Amino acid sequence: MKNRQRLSLFQIAWKNLARKKTRSFLTVVGIALATWVLISLFGFNSGYKNSLDRDIDNLGFQMLVVAKGCPYEAATLMLKGGTGLKYMNEDVVKLITREPEVDSVTPMLMQVVFDPNKGQSGGLTAFLGIDPATFPRLKPGLSFKQGSWFTNPEAREVVMGYEAAELEQREVGDVYLIPEKEVELKVVGILNRSGTQDDGTIFLPLQTLQKIFGQEGQLTSVGIKVNKETNLPLFEEKMFKLPDVQVVSLTQVKTTIMTLVSTARILVLSIALIAILISIMGVINTVLMSVMERQKEIGILKAMGALASDVFKLVWLETSLLCLLGGMVGAGLAVLTSRLTEYLIRQLLPFSPSGGLISIDARLILISITAVVLLGLLSGIYPAFRAARMRPLEAIRSEEE
Amino acid sequence: MTTTATIIEAFGIKKIYKRGAERVAAIDGLSLKLKEGEFLSIIGPSGSGKTTLLNILGCLDNPTSGKLVVGGITVHDNGRGLSESQLTRIRRQLFGYIFQNFYLIPTLTVLENVLVPFTFFKKRGAEKDVMAILKNLGLDKRAGHLPRELSGGEMQRVAIARALVNHPSVLLADEPTGNLDSERSREIGQVLRQLNEKEGLTIVLVTHNPELALSARRIMTLKDGKIVEEQVQPKL
Repeated sequence: MKNRQRLSLFQIAWKNLARKKTRSFLTVVGIALATWVLISLFGFNSGYKNSLDRDIDNLGFQMLVVAKGCPYEAATLMLKGGTGLKYMNEDVVKLITREPEVDSVTPMLMQVVFDPNKGQSGGLTAFLGIDPATFPRLKPGLSFKQGSWFTNPEAREVVMGYEAAELEQREVGDVYLIPEKEVELKVVGILNRSGTQDDGTIFLPLQTLQKIFGQEGQLTSVGIKVNKETNLPLFEEKMFKLPDVQVVSLTQVKTTIMTLVSTARILVLSIALIAILISIMGVINTVLMSVMERQKEIGILKAMGALASDVFKLVWLETSLLCLLGGMVGAGLAVLTSRLTEYLIRQLLPFSPSGGLISIDARLILISITAVVLLGLLSGIYPAFRAARMRPLEAIRSEEE
Repeated sequence: MTTTATIIEAFGIKKIYKRGAERVAAIDGLSLKLKEGEFLSIIGPSGSGKTTLLNILGCLDNPTSGKLVVGGITVHDNGRGLSESQLTRIRRQLFGYIFQNFYLIPTLTVLENVLVPFTFFKKRGAEKDVMAILKNLGLDKRAGHLPRELSGGEMQRVAIARALVNHPSVLLADEPTGNLDSERSREIGQVLRQLNEKEGLTIVLVTHNPELALSARRIMTLKDGKIVEEQVQPKL
């Protein structure tokens, strides 16, 4: 047998916890669940914001002019496309272009049709009519997997987003038939994956789409890119003076969407706080019970020369170990289940950006585990204090009474 | 002629407990001197104050009055005593304790249980002797075992080993054979006698067991908190 001549406080603490395995395990599970909720929540907070920022940056324009209507719908339209479409006359483009702050504009028309062949029971397919002269310039980030943009502004051609092409199993040169309209178009380009709503979009030249759907001269939105030195709030005010349109700026979109999700966030945060409080109570209960059960042993330790501070450290170490273990298991759970959590959150949210909703990095994990251990240390103060102030003889006699 | 130093001196110590309105003297004006290398047995009927006296001598309890000097330090003088942390420092330097219920930590092996005192305090060079102590007590082959795998006698020997690792000046034993059968009790008596005779360890033993009490040369009988008889056996 190895003649090991040292026994650290850590080893004693660890073996003390192993004494009541089920109780220690349940306490660790409680802490792990609280940590899991905490990390998932904060991971969601930063992940959602990052994805939203990325989606907005990928739009290529800072403002969107849409026909007057619901601002939430406008925000959704701007980021994901919508169904309750409102139209405005394309003359608005000329009015906007006149403004000196405008760098470039791109008119767009969105149309949605029901495709009975989509999925198992059919589904909606959105088409975005774009101006081949301006849209690609505003979206320099879009690159082609196959082919290129349209050959002319009235061409009967489509460019498909990466996912749309995957879903439809299309390649460049294939024929694309618009459901309901029985119009044949040629696929001339397939985009690379961009991680934005563009991946699921089918692009047509604006004039072609207007003709096919009988919406000549009509637009659903106009994207505006302003000069760098433009004062955005002032420009926004100017745009608001245009008749029958409303302006949705990036700031507004972010604010609107973040307001929508903040309610859900507050709710989840409250649940996380309650979970943490419950697990802290669990820790206090576990450690206090363990201290009370070991009074005699603590008395013996003191008789053998353990100072009050030694006993305090021992009990505190046990608390920290429980919290550290719970924190680590919780962090592991949060990482492992992040995809499932993201899926569930997507079902609940009114709008979710296309990128990852939950971003869990090493920093978040480290901060959360530190916070859990600190809370554990706080909750361990009382049991540790109770143990430390026991007088050896009273502690040794305790169970006999 | 060699003079042996006094390690514990008690002068007129009293320990008064309140039982409702009544005041009961567990120790009633008791005085004694314990010299280095002595083996003292304290016997007497239940409630005579044996364990209370042992706890006071071992700085686990404070007397109500009187004076107690341990290792040359005045631990208590007429109601004024040292703080708990000062008492702990005296305990870790001078005393080793064994109790009727061995109080081993169930999740630690024999060796780990014996090493526990080192976690808090280690006398210089003490750790070198741990295996030797285990061997002397016949526990070297049981070092990796858990307490539940030991017999009662073995568990008490582990408790003795734990009390000895820091080389105490005095070993205080409170009914160490109270939970053991007669054969195991004799075994423990032998161990204590050897520790006293071969290693010169000062031992104070509280027991109900007359046979075990005879392990000591000096036997003190207590009744109602007072010494009623004291005898010294001739050296064998």
